[in-house]
Amino acid sequence: MYVAVKGGEQAIENAHAWLAEERRGDTSIDELSIAQIREQLALAVNRVMAEGSLYDPDLAALAIKQSRGDLIEAIFLIRAYRTTLPRFGASAPVDTGRMACDRRISATFKDLPGGQILGPTFDYTHRLLDFQLAANGETPTARTRETTPVDVPHVAEFLNREGLIQEEPRDDRTPPDLTREPLAMPAERALRLQALTRSDEGFTLGMAYSTQRGYGRNHAFVGELRIGAVPVEMDIPELGFAIEIGEVTLTECETVNQFTGSKTEPPQFTRGYGLVFGQTERKAISMALVDRALRWEELGEDNEGAPAQDAEFVLYHADNIQATGFLEHIKLPHYVDFQSELELIRKLRRDAGADAQMEAAE
Amino acid sequence: MTDHAYNFAYLDEQTKRMIRRAILKGLAVPGYQVPFASREMPMPYGWGTGGVQVSAAVMTMDDTFKVIDQGADDTTNAVSIRSFFQRTAGVKTTTKTADASVIQTRHRIPEEALTEGQILVYQVPIPEPLRFLEPRESETRKMHSLEEYGLMHVKLYEDIARHGHIATSYAYPVRVEGRYVMDPSPIPKFDNPKLGDMAAIQLFGAGREQRIYALPPYTNVVSLDFEDHPFEASKANHACGMCGAEHSYLDEVIVDDAGGRMFVCSDTDFCESRQQAGHMGKDAA
Repeated sequence: MYVAVKGGEQAIENAHAWLAEERRGDTSIDELSIAQIREQLALAVNRVMAEGSLYDPDLAALAIKQSRGDLIEAIFLIRAYRTTLPRFGASAPVDTGRMACDRRISATFKDLPGGQILGPTFDYTHRLLDFQLAANGETPTARTRETTPVDVPHVAEFLNREGLIQEEPRDDRTPPDLTREPLAMPAERALRLQALTRSDEGFTLGMAYSTQRGYGRNHAFVGELRIGAVPVEMDIPELGFAIEIGEVTLTECETVNQFTGSKTEPPQFTRGYGLVFGQTERKAISMALVDRALRWEELGEDNEGAPAQDAEFVLYHADNIQATGFLEHIKLPHYVDFQSELELIRKLRRDAGADAQMEAAE
Repeated sequence: MTDHAYNFAYLDEQTKRMIRRAILKGLAVPGYQVPFASREMPMPYGWGTGGVQVSAAVMTMDDTFKVIDQGADDTTNAVSIRSFFQRTAGVKTTTKTADASVIQTRHRIPEEALTEGQILVYQVPIPEPLRFLEPRESETRKMHSLEEYGLMHVKLYEDIARHGHIATSYAYPVRVEGRYVMDPSPIPKFDNPKLGDMAAIQLFGAGREQRIYALPPYTNVVSLDFEDHPFEASKANHACGMCGAEHSYLDEVIVDDAGGRMFVCSDTDFCESRQQAGHMGKDAA
């Protein structure tokens, strides 16, 4: 006997209570603190800040805790929170030339002013599970020494002096704001970069990788990768000048790409650019490669039809909050549409005589 | 209880103003998809964020709000959206179609005719009727501005050539006031005839795709068809097992594991009202 289903409200409440319990896990195990997540899962925190478009390590850590470590869910929490925040104004553009670099490497020059600084990187670690960490987490402290801050000029500037790299035109217009205006095509580069810096790391990595394997090939050298804190300044109208309101850690990647020239441009190196919140170098490098691939039109290159050259394809599918929402919505009831499909298929089968054939076969 | 940490109906007034402008533009150009700066909502994209933003923008304290999903007030996502507005706007809610001033819906138009003064808000997943013929937004916008709808007619014609029928059973495209081809959201084509000449305002919100469109009251809306293959609103050829209604859209429910099934109204309020009025279907206890 059919009874109309009631009690969705109760079911939702119960599901939430169960979820809260599962999130906590075994209560005989100590609870994670926000500070522990912030300090010890810093790269997860960085990803959540980058793709959530909100620089706040404590909130990102809270989101990670609340989402049980599901980073896309954590990013979603941050985005939904961010969108409600009032806007006081915009900062002055950050000057990454003034970055206090924790890490700064160039793959194009063996040595260069400012030096190569490896910094805290996994790069040359052997990926062997460290069972010491399972026994106790104590680590030896790293050696330190006093240094005097030196200028760390951008690598691309050296090439620029020789005229070997494409000049980026200066543009003082206020860029469009992706979070306040609907994405419109064609998207100018400032808007593309905005979308890419908050795009899903996995998607961006896949797109970048595809250019390396020949889909819109554009051989990229990491001209420079730098990670460190930069001051954020803001003009205060009452004061009439800009003051420093804080600092953010950024990862910046500038690629130098081969370019043999086109109908409109002479042979020269070209650039791809990535700038991402936190220490997030996989994302920053990926972003730079995808940025470069998307620039085919302005450089007069051929459109090979590669996915990474297709701004509509990349930008409309790079946002994991949009993607996961739409993907997962197919869990919602669709029985009305499904019913109309059932009727249609039955009708088409009747017309095609399929039912009769089946009966004959039986 | 209203959650005072947030503005009335969650969105800040600036955002509501931006959405209302898009709605007004949509009403002025019926069927035209107006881009709007959709916000991240505290529920996922694809779960009605467009509808929620439109509802939030039109809602006032005096409104009575109803939410249906698949025609039902008690499906989980309808419950969730209703409680969202109870919490953030503190408005009255109802399951009675006639008592509601704003009705948010997913995939259905209520059976009971709506009246002047009511607003029907649709949740829209893919607002672009041409999307599956042409994936590029830049192209489809051009096609709309040039009124270039040949591709759609070719698709429908190919269906007829191949299957003898137009093989679209929901989200069936319509033409609005002889101008824009519009996606009515994934309502079954059974509901299409109700779109035209409706007394209520119809608003369509697509959050992820950042589009709003609208049908003002009494708009001319025609489902696409051919003279020799006229549009036909179809439903399961049964009466409701619970209330006996013969002209309502039906859900098919599997009742045992031997292939037994029954048909019931998808519009739960309509069905219950009929049962209370003494109508009884063949499967009613």
